[in-house]
Amino acid sequence: MRFSARHLAALLGAAIVGGTLAVAIMAPLLAPHDPYAQDLMRRLVPPEWLGGTSLNPFGTDQLGRDYLSRLIFGARISMLIGILTVVTSGTIGVTLGVLGGYFGGRVDDAVMFVITARLSIPLILVALTVVALVGSSLAVVVATLGLLLWDRFAVVARTTTMQVRNLDYIAAARAAGASRTHILLREVLPNIVSHLLVVATLEMALAILLEAALSFLGLGVPPPLPSWGLMIAEGKDYMFFSPWVIMVPGVALFVLVLGINLLGDGLRGLLGAERGQ
Amino acid sequence: MRSGLSVNPGLPVNSGLPVRPVLPERPVLPERPVLEMANLRVRFGQVAAVRGVSLRIERGETHCLVGESGCGKSVTALAVMGLLARGAERRTDVLRFQDHDLSLLTERGMARLRGDRMAMIFQEPMTSLNPAYTVGSQMTEVLARHRGTARRAARVRAAELLARVGITAPELRLGQYPHQLSGGLRQRVMIAMALLCDPDLLIADEPTTALDVTVQAQILRLLQRLQRELGLALLLITHDLGIVARMAHRVSVMYAGEVVESAPVRALFAAPTHPYTRGLLDCIPVPGAARRDVPLGSIPGVVPRMVPGFAGCAFRDRCGQAMAACAEAVPLRRIADGHAYLCRLAEDWGKAA
Repeated sequence: MRFSARHLAALLGAAIVGGTLAVAIMAPLLAPHDPYAQDLMRRLVPPEWLGGTSLNPFGTDQLGRDYLSRLIFGARISMLIGILTVVTSGTIGVTLGVLGGYFGGRVDDAVMFVITARLSIPLILVALTVVALVGSSLAVVVATLGLLLWDRFAVVARTTTMQVRNLDYIAAARAAGASRTHILLREVLPNIVSHLLVVATLEMALAILLEAALSFLGLGVPPPLPSWGLMIAEGKDYMFFSPWVIMVPGVALFVLVLGINLLGDGLRGLLGAERGQ
Repeated sequence: MRSGLSVNPGLPVNSGLPVRPVLPERPVLPERPVLEMANLRVRFGQVAAVRGVSLRIERGETHCLVGESGCGKSVTALAVMGLLARGAERRTDVLRFQDHDLSLLTERGMARLRGDRMAMIFQEPMTSLNPAYTVGSQMTEVLARHRGTARRAARVRAAELLARVGITAPELRLGQYPHQLSGGLRQRVMIAMALLCDPDLLIADEPTTALDVTVQAQILRLLQRLQRELGLALLLITHDLGIVARMAHRVSVMYAGEVVESAPVRALFAAPTHPYTRGLLDCIPVPGAARRDVPLGSIPGVVPRMVPGFAGCAFRDRCGQAMAACAEAVPLRRIADGHAYLCRLAEDWGKAA
């Protein structure tokens, strides 16, 4: 296979996402300290490269908690939110989109109505309202984002299903006696999955950013959980004298989202090229 | 062409015992057509795509449906399979496949027949296979669905059929994806797939149109051989009269959703009667007979879009013999030997002059 810049970008993205995932899974093994342990005598210690010590390589926060450990455990929250949200919203969106795209007619009208209704709902506002009403917890954030972020899945699944539906192999499968369920699950779905993977990466990045935003606003995951967004929120009062408290989680967030996007873009290129498109 | 057949499919068998080909696993039933339809009508909203088609296909018989694009050939085939697009309305007086009344069958019942007792191959082999699965998994799937065959046994059967349709190294092909096969190979795979469950009726919708000429000939020969070996009833849709001459036992010429002439193949080529049939035959260059200075025949105009309730002959606007009476109902005239045509003209029109 030809090796191009696109492959490189995809590989870089995969490395970042895979690395973050590995870190998230092995967090207890990698973190040098307990992310919740406070040491009020060692508050706002700068990172090692800004004159700190190797005891806290990334410094400490305003409560003297080890920043590297919190960052590592924070990767868990981000990945968990990203993956669970995509699974939930993907299931909802793909189901709706495939049904609408395949059956058309009234079913499609109904699906389109639901999609437009969803698109007219302001995301952050609803998320804020829900969290304000129900209270904030990891589960609430995942459920809210999962129930809101399915629109792009539905739109993409619907249009790609419409393209696939009229292809001869669907007719051939029907001519060979395949049932509807079989056609939807085994003939249509595998042929639109490459498009859905790209959407999944976009949505995952969006979910991670939204969680950070919600946490920053104090309505995401509750403290003392080490979410990257929450770390930024907690650090914002100290940013003038200790800028790393914002910089470290900010850069982590940026790199992870960039990695996911690179991966998605690379996947789109690779999967498209394989089909000769 | 019929010399290889021991059953003469054109004639009903009333007396004596005909010599049948030896076919295992199938009881000898009283002879009845594999497919019989009378007055099939299909409408898509305000377009009447098929307007009263009647057909009968016997075991071991190749029935060709000929006609130009848009005359309802494919719709007729899809109507038999129950695969019409949404919004199509199918009506029929009789639509019987073996012992099944297809007009009464549920979607589930149809699905059970499709791919098992009746199979279909399509025009475009390049897109008729699902790109996401290997040939082997698509073939075993069909067997598992209809026969509950276990994977390993199904694979053996699939390889056997691939070999039968002339594919060398079937084991290798089973593991390959459709994009690794050429058009001719894919059409062979489609044929093998259609034959997996040993169907009684095979519908081939322009199976060679998308292929190279040399590959076309191979595929046609293959279809012909398989039909003889398996005693298939074959409904072959084509617009190529050359293919008809080569393959058919019986021919139905379709125009604007109607069968305008139906005859045994020899009778049709010897004495084409409907002006449309004659027009079609005039369009074919005959090597040696076609001359440079004489333009090849053509039929002016295109197939009209038929609205429901249309009366009279649909061909009258393009017909050189049209008269005022053609706007009224057209009689079906029968000539001997199952040859019938739909026209006011006498069977020897244009020949006396």
